Amino acid sequence: MAIEVRIPTILRNYTDGAKAVDAEGATLDELISNLESRHPGIKDRLVDQGSLRRFVNVYLNDEDVRFLGGLGTPLSDGDTVTVLPAVAGG
Amino acid sequence: MLSISQELADKIVAHARADHPDEACGVIAGRGGVPERFIPMENAERSPTFYRFDSMEQFRVWKEMDERDEEPVVIYHSHTATEAYPSRTDVSYASEPNAHYVLVSTKDDTEVEFRSYRILEGVITEEEVRFIP
Repeated sequence: MAIEVRIPTILRNYTDGAKAVDAEGATLDELISNLESRHPGIKDRLVDQGSLRRFVNVYLNDEDVRFLGGLGTPLSDGDTVTVLPAVAGG
Repeated sequence: MLSISQELADKIVAHARADHPDEACGVIAGRGGVPERFIPMENAERSPTFYRFDSMEQFRVWKEMDERDEEPVVIYHSHTATEAYPSRTDVSYASEPNAHYVLVSTKDDTEVEFRSYRILEGVITEEEVRFIP
């Protein structure tokens, strides 16, 4: 089951510059592990100690996964997952 | 170097003044490195010491920029009690390698500091700002 993952500029060094890549998984957690097998190193930029990093926003279609089920969010064929680093500072 | 129209620079300053003493933040979208479209963003933190774009607003704005073939040319925010220089948190969360990070300080009631930086892999490089009439 193919899911399109949209990659932000700052992580495109893991995807040979691609803005979007395909990956598979029944949940966001599985998707990220699958992504890691195709693009080694990317998981650590998204996940820290078993949770999504605080300053990384991940969206399933048009929703922030924090308001869905976090890493446990179920995915379906044809979904789009978008990663955007939070814009933040002090 | 950042070249920006005086009109857009004035809009950033006006936003920073309006939200003082909380930090104000936003984006100027454009193409080819030219800042064109002013997009004030909500500071989801509503804080005098921290800012963060609202995640859903950011999603909509980034999607819209993508559809218009734009990029975030400028990402701005204000410091309300300190100088217009990137803080440690600004550096650690800087995540748009192609953006000009504009900081304005509203700590003084009359003077405004307006400065621009590149922030890449933890390194701050200040750049000249040219205001175009």
